[in-house]
Amino acid sequence: MKYVRNSHPKKDGMQLVQGFPVYTDDLAPKNALIVKVLRSPHAFARIKNIKTDSAKKIPGVVCVLTWKDVPRVPFTRAGQCYPELSAYDKFILDEYVRHVGDDVAIVAAKDEKTADKALRLLRVDYEILDPILDMEQAVDHNTVVHSEKELFTHINVGCDAKRNIACEINLGLGDLDLALKNSDHVFKARYNTQGQAQAMLESHRSYSYLDQNGRLNVVSSTQIPYHTRRTLARALEMPRHQIRVIKPRVGGGFGAKQTAHSEFYPALVTKLTGKPAKIIYSRQDVFRGTSSRHKMRFDITLGMNKDGRMTAINIEGLSDTGAYGEHAQTTFGAAGKKVLTLYNKVDACRFSGRAVYSNNVPGGALRGFGVTQGTFALESAINEASRELGLDPIKVREMNMIKKGETTPLINMFTKDAGPEPIPMDSCLLETCLEDGIKHFDWEGKLQKHAQADKSSHLKYGLGMAIAQQGSGLPNIDMASATIRLNDDGFFTLLTGSTDIGTGSDTAMAQIASEILQVPLERVVVHAADTDTTPFDSGAYASSTTYTTGNAVIDAAEKMIDSIYETAAKFYNVSKEDIHYENGQIFCKSLNEEISLELFSNKIIYNTQHVQLSVTGSFVPKKSAPPYMAGFAEVCVNTLTGEVKVTDFVGVVDCGTPINPNLAKIQAEGGISQGIGFALIEEVKVSGKGVLQTDNFMTYKIPARRDIPNIRVFLADGHDETGPFGAKSIGEVVINTVAPAITEAIENACGVRIRDLPATPEKILLASLEGVRVNKENIETSSPC
Amino acid sequence: MKIKFTLNGEKIEADINPDAYLIDVLRDHDCLGVKKGCDTGTCGACTIHMNGKPALACVVLAARADGSDVITIEGVREDAKRIGKYLVAEGVEQCGYCSPGTIMSILYLEKCVENPTDEEILYYLNGNLCRCSGYVGQLRAIRAYMEAKNNEVCA
Repeated sequence: MKYVRNSHPKKDGMQLVQGFPVYTDDLAPKNALIVKVLRSPHAFARIKNIKTDSAKKIPGVVCVLTWKDVPRVPFTRAGQCYPELSAYDKFILDEYVRHVGDDVAIVAAKDEKTADKALRLLRVDYEILDPILDMEQAVDHNTVVHSEKELFTHINVGCDAKRNIACEINLGLGDLDLALKNSDHVFKARYNTQGQAQAMLESHRSYSYLDQNGRLNVVSSTQIPYHTRRTLARALEMPRHQIRVIKPRVGGGFGAKQTAHSEFYPALVTKLTGKPAKIIYSRQDVFRGTSSRHKMRFDITLGMNKDGRMTAINIEGLSDTGAYGEHAQTTFGAAGKKVLTLYNKVDACRFSGRAVYSNNVPGGALRGFGVTQGTFALESAINEASRELGLDPIKVREMNMIKKGETTPLINMFTKDAGPEPIPMDSCLLETCLEDGIKHFDWEGKLQKHAQADKSSHLKYGLGMAIAQQGSGLPNIDMASATIRLNDDGFFTLLTGSTDIGTGSDTAMAQIASEILQVPLERVVVHAADTDTTPFDSGAYASSTTYTTGNAVIDAAEKMIDSIYETAAKFYNVSKEDIHYENGQIFCKSLNEEISLELFSNKIIYNTQHVQLSVTGSFVPKKSAPPYMAGFAEVCVNTLTGEVKVTDFVGVVDCGTPINPNLAKIQAEGGISQGIGFALIEEVKVSGKGVLQTDNFMTYKIPARRDIPNIRVFLADGHDETGPFGAKSIGEVVINTVAPAITEAIENACGVRIRDLPATPEKILLASLEGVRVNKENIETSSPC
Repeated sequence: MKIKFTLNGEKIEADINPDAYLIDVLRDHDCLGVKKGCDTGTCGACTIHMNGKPALACVVLAARADGSDVITIEGVREDAKRIGKYLVAEGVEQCGYCSPGTIMSILYLEKCVENPTDEEILYYLNGNLCRCSGYVGQLRAIRAYMEAKNNEVCA
């Protein structure tokens, strides 16, 4: 293969590093009105009145909009294919504000200073209501977050808003009670995962204008242009054909931009005033006004026999979706579906629980999408149970995990329209991931080294590991398409709806097209994510672009080759069988003639057939093609301070055949770093009144350069029959093993088990002191840990 | 109020709001490679050079630039290309939003330390956050760049 499996530099890379103006705010018209949103200081309140007169009187203020001025149409901001699984529980503005940071009013003014002044002059009379902030208390609480009559779901997900229940999930296999009864050992524990911010460096932002035909154009830093067009049309009560959404370069997303946020406000202002309008979220807007990873709690019951065989898994979960139910059902469902299926040899398993409404800032999509949370809980429990039984955690994985060619009926249950035929995981290389990981990490060597370490040192080393999976797109739900055109001079235009948010997917798509079209990469021009000109794509989420859009590109490229054969046959007036195409040259066998693609395209466009070759391919995944990973962590715990340093992390990823190994590797390194943040540092913290204590990068810390160890990533040599050139996804699976591997390593180092993330120095030190109090004889003989 | 400063070698006179931050004035002067990431001087995406030293344009009042020499990524395009090539080769520019600021810091590192150790690289760049790459690939790229530069000098 010439172009795939090749670490080609990103097509846009050199422009990006030189700072060329290619992002939303760089492109916005200079005369755009500046739009700002007044945000609620209260976690729950009814707006009794908003005095807008003074603000409106300021010269330069163009409009001030309150809930009375916007369409009363419920929608969901979640970027999902229609019909969405998220409840329609949001209005552009509402009489009620449901979290600190919820939108109260929209102001548009000639410049930022004027807009800020207008915001300050708005007088809001709130009836402050009692918020519900503790997800454990949310169900049947006196406070009902959503009492509006308009709320509905398209699909029954168990939403019962009057009881603050956003969704309910209950799924499983086998007789759980019996399986647990027959187990040698039953392990139970409760795990909590925190809110984590996506923290992409470019905040949410959009601008809008009316084009020459009076249509609303919205340029946005988004992962979901097509869903945004659909949702905007509904929210603004406009026909979809009147809206165009364009995604320029995006400064990162990680799921944050899989929910539409910033688009509504300028779009509404432009619709009402006819003027271009722009909103740039401040970092505080992002924290208070968008979403973070759903906070979840899991009670795990794990049956394990003395030899390490896992007999039963029961996961009872709870997820805090906050004030709105965006991605509530899908993230919570993923926490069960993509976790239970990893262990296909149990006699019984169950995942049940609810996502609940509260007055916290909403939960949303973040790399890993619930699987990260669920994996932390189950992998931690397996590590703990193995420890209790004195078993090697790696051997326990080897014994119980799903292997190449195996399956479980759960996969049929969790795959839309799957039917009864077993779906084998033909490309699963978990065994290789483990084997290679042990070797690269030097698990045995490190164990021995640490066993011989100086016991009196306050620096204690420990090892831990975990395995995980994710998906590659959503079977029979999320689809992608690609159009390829042959232009004069023999270069191709690849039009895709896929949304490169910095991953390099535009380049990967071009590589796939190049491979089939047999032309160098620079002769495939990519134009993507513009709802007017590119074909449909559900968007950059669910680890779908390489797999789903990649397959659509293959479909289109194969059709293009076919179209070249057909047109060349007409060109030479021979049969199609007489034509051969190779590396940009067309051969006519019987006439013994050849023509370059350049000349051929010029001829068929200008002189002979007068045709433009243009084809479209589409793809929807038919089966689940999960990527897998094994992660190995070594930590050093300072028992005097509780501080944890990750001293080594090895990740072996089975992403099938990587289209661009460099870019795949960076996905893994980036995901592991984000996982280290999740495991040790990051937490969205809320005060008693629902106010965020972490709403900027000074209070919400993401890993900096010195917090990240020498992460070592290896790609298992895999191949999935259903993937484009054998590729599966990689973007999300890479974050899942990190937290459970690190918390196991911490226990291995100092005996402290952290079940509530993140594993901060305070928690470790407190827990170790607690341990000392419980186990008094240790006081004289050993250091605090 | 009016300020005078040198922007990428060109003398500029700007009429600014007294409370304007330098980043907004620079972006108004088409230096759009200066990125706003955090508003609090924490992420480094707005790193520029002011009188030869790195500064965070999102927390420097524009008034303070009066009489100073300001260099943004637009003023060092050739250097950005030279260094950026190594980031791109490693795939670690990713979304690219932090790249111009990071390159401004690499340029300052180069100026201060001839043959930086890994620790020195991390020290000089610790203020440039990147959420995409996980940093280790950036370190590989910077090492490769420094190595290539040294080889060039030797040759």
